[in-house]
Amino acid sequence: MLTLQEITKIFNKNTQDEKRALHRLSLEIEAGDFVTIIGSNGAGKSTLLDVVAGTLMVDEGRILVDGEDVTRAPDYVMAKHLARVFQNPLIGTAASMTIEENLCLAQLRGQRRRLRWGVTKARRERYKDMLAVLGLGLENRLKDKVGLLSGGQRQSLALLMSTLSMPRLLLLDEHTAALDPRMAEKVMELTDVIIRDNNLTTLMVTHNMHQALNYGNHMIMLHQGNIQLDVRGQAKARLTVNEVLSQFGETLKDETLLCAT
Amino acid sequence: MLLLKVVPISLEQGLAYALVALGIALTFRVLAFPDLTVDGSFPLGGAVAARLIVEGVDPTLAALAGTLAGFVAGCLTGILNTRLKINSLLAGILMMTILYSVNLRIMGRANIQLLDRPTIFSPFEAMDMNRYVPVILLFLAVIFLCKLLTDLFLNTEYGLALQATGDNEDMIRAFGVNTDNATVIGLGISNAFVALSGALIAQDQGFSDVGMGIGMIVAGLASIIIGEALVKPKNVFRLTFAAIVGSVVYRLIIAVGLRLGLAPTDLKLATGVMVILALGIPAFKGEREGKLKLRGV
Ligand SMILES: Nc1ncnc2c1ncn2[C@@H]1O[C@H](COP(=O)(O)OP(=O)(O)O)[C@@H](O)[C@H]1O
Ligand SMILES: [Mg+2]
Repeated sequence: MLTLQEITKIFNKNTQDEKRALHRLSLEIEAGDFVTIIGSNGAGKSTLLDVVAGTLMVDEGRILVDGEDVTRAPDYVMAKHLARVFQNPLIGTAASMTIEENLCLAQLRGQRRRLRWGVTKARRERYKDMLAVLGLGLENRLKDKVGLLSGGQRQSLALLMSTLSMPRLLLLDEHTAALDPRMAEKVMELTDVIIRDNNLTTLMVTHNMHQALNYGNHMIMLHQGNIQLDVRGQAKARLTVNEVLSQFGETLKDETLLCAT
Repeated sequence: MLLLKVVPISLEQGLAYALVALGIALTFRVLAFPDLTVDGSFPLGGAVAARLIVEGVDPTLAALAGTLAGFVAGCLTGILNTRLKINSLLAGILMMTILYSVNLRIMGRANIQLLDRPTIFSPFEAMDMNRYVPVILLFLAVIFLCKLLTDLFLNTEYGLALQATGDNEDMIRAFGVNTDNATVIGLGISNAFVALSGALIAQDQGFSDVGMGIGMIVAGLASIIIGEALVKPKNVFRLTFAAIVGSVVYRLIIAVGLRLGLAPTDLKLATGVMVILALGIPAFKGEREGKLKLRGV
């Protein structure tokens, strides 16, 4: 479904601060895969999602979606294939706009926006039903501005917004990291339900090793811009935190390690 | 007594300039783009309308042509910013400066008199009533229409995307909106309103002058700041309403000030100080966010 061929991303090319964030990285993801991505700070995880999403352009290599070359497609063009949720809840929602307006913006992901009424009655009913599933009472606050919501509420909304339009590819970048532990767990469970119910192809960056092992059918570990470990299916299901640590503890020496205990 | 004298003139002026405030609300508030084109697009509307009227064109058509010219000017500022990556403030200043020459070219001189020409307002002269009444009613009708169209537009699918462009550009791009285009369109609409105001005011006052846009931005900002203090802009409907109310109240304050002895030459100084106070007081009191959202600066 998604193919990365030897992609390289260099920041500040030809300057003193040159930084190779991704180095000849190749990856093949099948439709329906739920890939978790771990790696130490600065390993290139966010950069990987950025180049897939078209917010950053690769310096070398090719990116294909179902065989179509999208290497040069900017973010607003890639939007027709994918949706994202970021670590910071503020990034995924428009604070000065209402909940229903945010959902409407999200519903039209990758479609032409026309000169016709945005939040129609029918759409509003649909949003109500979807929000009710979150169990946060947001279904009664459709006309509240999103800026009034808590971080956890906003992140749940951002997740709902990203999946509302059934993206072929869902990108999650440490989307539970900024939340308190209870809320983080709730959002993660919700994520898993949404992904499984809709069979969404997903790339999820996490710094929580348990999350990386417990969820998904495919895990990759990045190190210095390349894939250091790639486990799928049965092998991934059997893998334990301790095995990963004993093998890669050296390269994971930071929060990843802390979160794993 | 004083109020009776200043209310009609303030109402006329306030409504006449309300479209400028509406345009500024669209850029500064909705798009979060500090657009300074206004000082040039306002006289542009006047210049195009005046020149066309002198050439014998129907005054209503002339006003519409002025509006269209404003739309194009706004779009050009947007293109300077989004395509050529010129800082938003500088893009507006460049456009404003260029328009000064363009306006002189259009008029062929610094000033066109329209007193003996047919204008949109000519039929009112023959009416057997105080001129203020029909003039104010006409402006009210135009503003009502523009406000209604703006409110409707901002609630359409495209309008929501435009609002999101000002609120969270990265997010709405990630949902597939080319925010560069949205910015260009938004600036075009804003300056179309401003130019329409210029076209109508030139006809109302009976002349178009190349200098009539000086300080328009600051006066417009003062208007929306006053309006937002009176009408909390909780939604789009109230935001546009606040701009109109603010424009009228601003002109009222100015008219009272003039009556009380404020020298006309000090008007822009007084307006500038008003804006500085309104913007500066929150910062001075240690509030985290100032009143104006600026993007691209
Ligand atoms: N915009 C940027 N400019 C320069 N260097 C960057 C930029 N973004 C990321 N980097 C560098 O690229 C490397 C990978 O970063 P990132 O993908 O954010 O890592 P992480 O795996 O923690 O998400 C890091 O060394 C980081 O400092
Ligand atoms: Mg990161």
